[in-house]
Amino acid sequence: MNPPRALIAEDEPLLAQGLRADLAALWPALQVQAIVGDGLQASAQALALRPDVCFFDIRMPGATGLEAAQALAEDWPDPGSGAPPFPLLVFVTAYDDYALQAFDAQAVDYLVKPVDRTRLAACVARLQARLTDRQGRASTPGGEAGLTSQSLPSANTADLEGTLAQLRALLGATAPGSTAPARLQVIQAQVGNMVHMVPVDDVLYFEAADKYVRVITAEREHLIRASLRELLPQLDPAVFWQVHRGTVVQARLVVTARREESGKVTLTLRGRPDKITASRLYAHLFKGM
Amino acid sequence: MPEPTAPLLITAGPDVVAAPSAVAELRQRWLRRARRTAVLLPGLCLGISTILSAVDGHSFLHNFVYSMLIASSCMLIVDGMRFALAWLSDRVRNARGLPYVDTPAAAGWRGVIPGALASMVLGPSIGLSIGDWLFGTHTPSMLNLDHPSTRITLAFSIVATVLSVVGMSTAERLAQARAQAQAAQRMAVENQLRLLQSQLEPHMLFNTLANLRVLIGLDPAQAQAMLDRLISFLRNTLNASRQDTHALSAEFAHLDDYLSLMAVRMGSRLSVAFDLPAELSTLQVPPLLLQPLVENAIKHGLEPQVSGGRILVTARGDGKKLTLTVRDTGGGLDTSAQASGRIGASFGLEQVRTRLSTLYGPRGTLTLQPAPDEAGGALATVQLPWPPTQTTQTR
Repeated sequence: MNPPRALIAEDEPLLAQGLRADLAALWPALQVQAIVGDGLQASAQALALRPDVCFFDIRMPGATGLEAAQALAEDWPDPGSGAPPFPLLVFVTAYDDYALQAFDAQAVDYLVKPVDRTRLAACVARLQARLTDRQGRASTPGGEAGLTSQSLPSANTADLEGTLAQLRALLGATAPGSTAPARLQVIQAQVGNMVHMVPVDDVLYFEAADKYVRVITAEREHLIRASLRELLPQLDPAVFWQVHRGTVVQARLVVTARREESGKVTLTLRGRPDKITASRLYAHLFKGM
Repeated sequence: MPEPTAPLLITAGPDVVAAPSAVAELRQRWLRRARRTAVLLPGLCLGISTILSAVDGHSFLHNFVYSMLIASSCMLIVDGMRFALAWLSDRVRNARGLPYVDTPAAAGWRGVIPGALASMVLGPSIGLSIGDWLFGTHTPSMLNLDHPSTRITLAFSIVATVLSVVGMSTAERLAQARAQAQAAQRMAVENQLRLLQSQLEPHMLFNTLANLRVLIGLDPAQAQAMLDRLISFLRNTLNASRQDTHALSAEFAHLDDYLSLMAVRMGSRLSVAFDLPAELSTLQVPPLLLQPLVENAIKHGLEPQVSGGRILVTARGDGKKLTLTVRDTGGGLDTSAQASGRIGASFGLEQVRTRLSTLYGPRGTLTLQPAPDEAGGALATVQLPWPPTQTTQTR
């Protein structure tokens, strides 16, 4: 039985060290694979190292802990293909009433800074129980009549589905723009000293590209200097659906949605040959009636 | 000028909930003194009729009923005219599309004058007519000034009207002033509370404590130093709400406390530099004026950057003005926020602007712009008149 492995993502070095030290005392078997200081590395390293447990700080540079978890959930290999099970997530946050209510509602594991030992010990016990449960399923082939090696992927899939549901709810509950800013009518895309006025209704989809957002219409595409995160609250959620952390599509212009084996969904659009992918976090939006 | 000609005696602050019209304002005032009127009016009439009974041959009851009737008529005329005037001024203002001003002239004490004049002429006649009709008697017409009883009635009516109008409007003005003073005080307290809340941001406090908790185990000496900084930071934050000014060196020391705490938290991601010329260090400035700017530089400039950055706080004075700057090498100003006008709307910046304008008027300014060199980031510049404390101030 391999020792359990963990990844810590925390931008404040002392707090990362402190968490590692407290974990070492409470859970000596746990092997901390890496400590990273920003949200982008959090998801990248988790994908590379395949830890069993991830401790993600919520407020980090690059991407928030929630965004890192979202990226991880979208890019994690398909559980059916013999990939390791999705890591158990623990969010670490400082005083923030609103988010805590959301975490509570979703029964997501979280720690509030300063993290006291009692609370951490309870969290560790819960994590250990869930890992033992997983390993029990993995290491008892035929131990129970129904539990063959065939049922392992489906158990993993169920695990992932549960986490996806929690993440969906969290992302919805903590999304900015609850103050309902003014809806955007026209995208003003600047090229040199020329500004193109693109009616929002003409936009097929938006795609995040580094510090820019690509705005794709049937005729052409534009680049605007903004982040998808800023843009999203200004779009009507009934008209524009987020289908991936980096993609927002105008729903009425989607022609077909085809479910892939990996759990992703491939979309075709009216008036444009591009195929776009809806991640497994948003696949539930495209179900037959 | 389309504005009412009478100057406004009472100007309500922007915080006083303004009545939407002169009529509404008047109704508020009328309701406020309704009970007093109900006591004063009979009281006044009691006095008048007692004196009258001694002078003319009529019974006390007769005189009391008549004086009540006359006084009520006068009051109806005064208030009726006031409401009519207020209604008219609302109509005129609406027709011309002018905004509502606090306490329009028609609702103020000057609005009483036309009604008072009219009531002196008409009030007694109306009151007497009703009295005659009730008692079935005949009192000489008010136009018959030769008759002694007419003169007495007229004299009493004029004196009583003048007295009650002056009394009423004085009371109204006092009540108005009191309401304003209360509102101003309430706002000052609220502002102080919001200031304190913004400076003792829970996120910052708990994160600092979390770091301290770890540091106690790792490096007790450094933990103690950090705790000293935190204590000093908290003490100065609390003291700031009780002082009008403090020395520029104290301002910089406070920023140093704050940034030292942030440096422990952010580690190598934050570097800090101060530049305070010695000759400026004793200048008195409003306390914690720069604190929100430094917080913004951390929160919006450096914290979101994976690589962190540098903060530079400087002071310059040339005998004409004092220039304070907070510069960071962070992510710079959000262009989309700038475009949609959200920039500067944050509470911290707004608070600095409000303080500057109440303390120095147009001579105190805050500008926020992209830093002018290739290192990027944002530059906040505060300019104060020289020397900054000559201005009289109330907080």
